[in-house]
Amino acid sequence: MSADDAVAEMPRPASATELFFAFNRLALQGFGGVLPVAQRELVERRRWLTKTQFVEILSLGQVLPGPNVVNLALMLGDRFFGLRGALAALGGMLAAPLVIVLALTVAYAELARIAIVAGALRGMGAVAAGLILATAIKLMSTLRASLLGPWLAAAFALVTFVTVALLRLPLIWVVVGLGGLAIAIAWRRLR
Amino acid sequence: MSAFHPALPVADLLGLFGHFLMLSLLAVGGAITTAPDMHRYVVAEHGWITGAQFTSSIALAQAAPGPNVLFVAVIGWNVAGPLGALATMAGTLLPSTALTLFVSRWGARRRETRGVRAFTTGLTPLTIGLLVATGWLLVRPYVRDQSHAVGAIVLVGVAIVGMLKTKLSPMWFVGLGALVGGLGWI
Repeated sequence: MSADDAVAEMPRPASATELFFAFNRLALQGFGGVLPVAQRELVERRRWLTKTQFVEILSLGQVLPGPNVVNLALMLGDRFFGLRGALAALGGMLAAPLVIVLALTVAYAELARIAIVAGALRGMGAVAAGLILATAIKLMSTLRASLLGPWLAAAFALVTFVTVALLRLPLIWVVVGLGGLAIAIAWRRLR
Repeated sequence: MSAFHPALPVADLLGLFGHFLMLSLLAVGGAITTAPDMHRYVVAEHGWITGAQFTSSIALAQAAPGPNVLFVAVIGWNVAGPLGALATMAGTLLPSTALTLFVSRWGARRRETRGVRAFTTGLTPLTIGLLVATGWLLVRPYVRDQSHAVGAIVLVGVAIVGMLKTKLSPMWFVGLGALVGGLGWI
């Protein structure tokens, strides 16, 4: 990589503790998703990563199973301090938000009888569904450039929806069967 | 959601852990894409929580700060209290963490190889289909409750259009949902 010299001069966390608190800080700012905050904190504010490195780590995190931002924390921590760094970043990302969300869950169980609270969460649930559908719609444009061809890619997306949402087939068969077929077709076309 | 959870037998806790362990490895494109299968397991198959509880678990995690994957802990908590949360969180994080550390050391330079590209190309359409399935399963309890269906559908539509057409933070739409719901409009 030609940017290696620049990388050597970039700031880096002084310790695993600093890593822990950096991820703690960015996780606590992430209402409705952490990714936009992670980009601002890690690339623009702390400059631990260049924009290109951020996208590279993220796209690798997206290929891997597991939550994208959690994978990002693991890989970045591992890069700086090995396993210790990976666990520090992961802990920083999850510990405080986990306590908060479980406290809210317990409080909600007590408060659900109050109509306003139950109603507010109903409203937030409808919005949560909308946010997920909007993400799906944004990503649909990537199907147009798919190596499978737009129609075949759209067909795979549609069959996935039907088998999982309407027929309620176990996900493992859908991913192994349908996913395996799609990967095999992509493999042949990539030659 | 009751604060008191019926004690789940150990066998069921292990089943819960095992199921989330398996889903963790299928979660290409984020944990949320496995939500339909979590729904199938804890709501449809075992009846441990209701569809409305499932939806509100995700809503609660999205409204709170932090990664959205924490909805997994909320579902576990609602099924079986602290042990349930431990089972679902550990099941979700262990396999993907181990795999991520392994791959980030071994495969960072192999992103452009044919195998990795075939893998991403093939699974992208599935990821999108799973996201739509997740949204659909979350909306369904609202549509079935006919007294609130219209308001809920309008709110979902506003959230979708707002996310696509504006650069506002999702936080504002979550806040709008809380306001509209709190006022009893949906």
